[in-house]
Amino acid sequence: MRNHARIGFVLLLTPLVLWLSLLIIIPHIDMLLISLRERISFGVYDTSLAQYEKALTEPLYLRTFWRTAIMSILATGITLLIAFPVAYYIAKMAKGRLQQVLFLLCLIPFYVSELVRTFGWMILLRETGLISNLLQWVGLADQPVEMLYNDSAMMVGLVYTSMLFMVVPLVTTLESLDDSVIEAGYDLGGNGLSVLREIIIPHAMPGIVSGSIVVFMLSLGNYLTPTMLGGKDSLWFTEMIYNQFIVRSNWELGATFGFMLLLLSSVIVWGMLRLTGRTLQETMG
Amino acid sequence: MTPDLECAELAKRFGTTTAVDNVSFSVPPGSFFSILGPSGCGKTTIMRMIAGFLEPTSGDIRIKGGSVLNTPPNKRPVNMVFQHLALFPMMTIAENIGYGLRRNKVPKDQIAHKVDEALERIGLPGIGHRKVDELSGGQKQRVAIARCMVLEPDVLLLDEPLGALDLKLREHMKVELKALQAAFDTTFVYITHDQSEALVMSDQIAVMNQGRFEQVGTAQDLYYRPDTPFVAGFIGEANRWKGRIERVEGDALQLRTDSGLAMRATAVNELSTGDTAEIFVRPETIRLAAAPTALATFDNQLRCTVTSILFNGAASRVLVQDNVGETLEVTLPQSGEFAALKRGDTVHIGWGAAQATCFRESV
Repeated sequence: MRNHARIGFVLLLTPLVLWLSLLIIIPHIDMLLISLRERISFGVYDTSLAQYEKALTEPLYLRTFWRTAIMSILATGITLLIAFPVAYYIAKMAKGRLQQVLFLLCLIPFYVSELVRTFGWMILLRETGLISNLLQWVGLADQPVEMLYNDSAMMVGLVYTSMLFMVVPLVTTLESLDDSVIEAGYDLGGNGLSVLREIIIPHAMPGIVSGSIVVFMLSLGNYLTPTMLGGKDSLWFTEMIYNQFIVRSNWELGATFGFMLLLLSSVIVWGMLRLTGRTLQETMG
Repeated sequence: MTPDLECAELAKRFGTTTAVDNVSFSVPPGSFFSILGPSGCGKTTIMRMIAGFLEPTSGDIRIKGGSVLNTPPNKRPVNMVFQHLALFPMMTIAENIGYGLRRNKVPKDQIAHKVDEALERIGLPGIGHRKVDELSGGQKQRVAIARCMVLEPDVLLLDEPLGALDLKLREHMKVELKALQAAFDTTFVYITHDQSEALVMSDQIAVMNQGRFEQVGTAQDLYYRPDTPFVAGFIGEANRWKGRIERVEGDALQLRTDSGLAMRATAVNELSTGDTAEIFVRPETIRLAAAPTALATFDNQLRCTVTSILFNGAASRVLVQDNVGETLEVTLPQSGEFAALKRGDTVHIGWGAAQATCFRESV
């Protein structure tokens, strides 16, 4: 009996261990090794920190690195600001069928591939696009307006892509807040703002933190949206990784960039948890 | 003296259903007022209107003489203890109690002082730093009351706060609530569907049914002198029959139930010969005896057979059947003389005409 249980346990664990080791741990160790070598001549490599030195001294790389980090945090913040009222409405104000319909409406855009969704934004925002034409027709612009290929366009795309991942955890936590607790907040003299600050937000904190972590990581690692909507003026760090690996075949520098991104996201997520005084276990569990 | 709380022709309609139908009452200062009724009778709607969470369709609510209809809930001098207490789980006990004071911009040191005082008052000094979920049900109850009482409201509303407690604790909290009310000397308005809570604690009770007040009075009024058949049936237990009046002598009636039982009873409202009436006799007013001689003073006497004994300690009953086949519930005295009573025994029962209350049949 005991042996059987053991075999079952091993069998169940095998796919997980295989997945983790083959797809995550081994490639990452390999990447780390690649990032730590330097090409001396054809086929001859030496172990050194030269790649990291290059990444940290070249202003373009460094600037893109920080820009990506700050823009991702900004995108997370904007997503939270937009998603919170939406989630509050769905969880607390909408009743019955309306609640389900609204929730479904948030989900429907995700039935379409991300590529097609981003093209949708391009159709709206490009020089010959809908909004540009509309502005000319109304008379607010006398020539075609280009709204693509800048930071704002990219930000719109990032927020749009991330919305659902913020709304879902927020709706879940807000739904678990008893209506009478909110009423008690008002009954004891609180106004809308203080009830929000002292009761609703503290209660929704697990949802806010987990939603923010997911959205932040999605934004940081996003490749499609910055490439298509941001263009050449709004470089994203993932684009630099792609360039090193695919365009320039410089795997050493590409791997280094990859590791810098991993480190960055770990540090920021850790900081976010520290700032809100939560543990990863509480947030994810 | 101006009443602390006064409702005048208060009504609330949701679409076509009338939840509260022209209810008027006033609660004198410092009293414990209960609204008692079955679930769905509209009592919670009244409470939510007083607290300000619902807008009345018509009528007025006055607190200490001033109308509060245009005052939002957070400005009304009324606080509410919610059914599931609604303590703030994200705060400590002290933060919970201090919440309202912080909202009123009371200085920090005064808040700390008042919170300590309130904890002292509810008999839980020194628990301020604890989390809500570390407290027992009864302690949470007291904290919920303290959280309202530090604001010194004119009226404290309590919405079935004992519903979630187990029986023993509920019995204990009844006494405690009454004592707290006396200690704080504040007007309590208490809603419940549990008659024993209302009867034990209240100075005045309003019995509510289908959006209307059936009767407002003291516990004794409702129990001994019900105004309507609903009150007679709702408060306490009762044997009830329908019957026809055969003779009227002032308040005293001679009647016969539909099953053929002849009875002498007392009329509550005007009745005349030939009317159909509802008759209520409480099990505890019926005297049980082994021989008919012990019942000589009673107007109504019957010889019955015991069909079943419902043992429930002090509240034990016997079910007896008379010769026309009518089953009556009679309280079983615990004085020892009926300890050997068993199914099939013959007993004699009797009750006075004054204990048989008679109402014109409600249509």
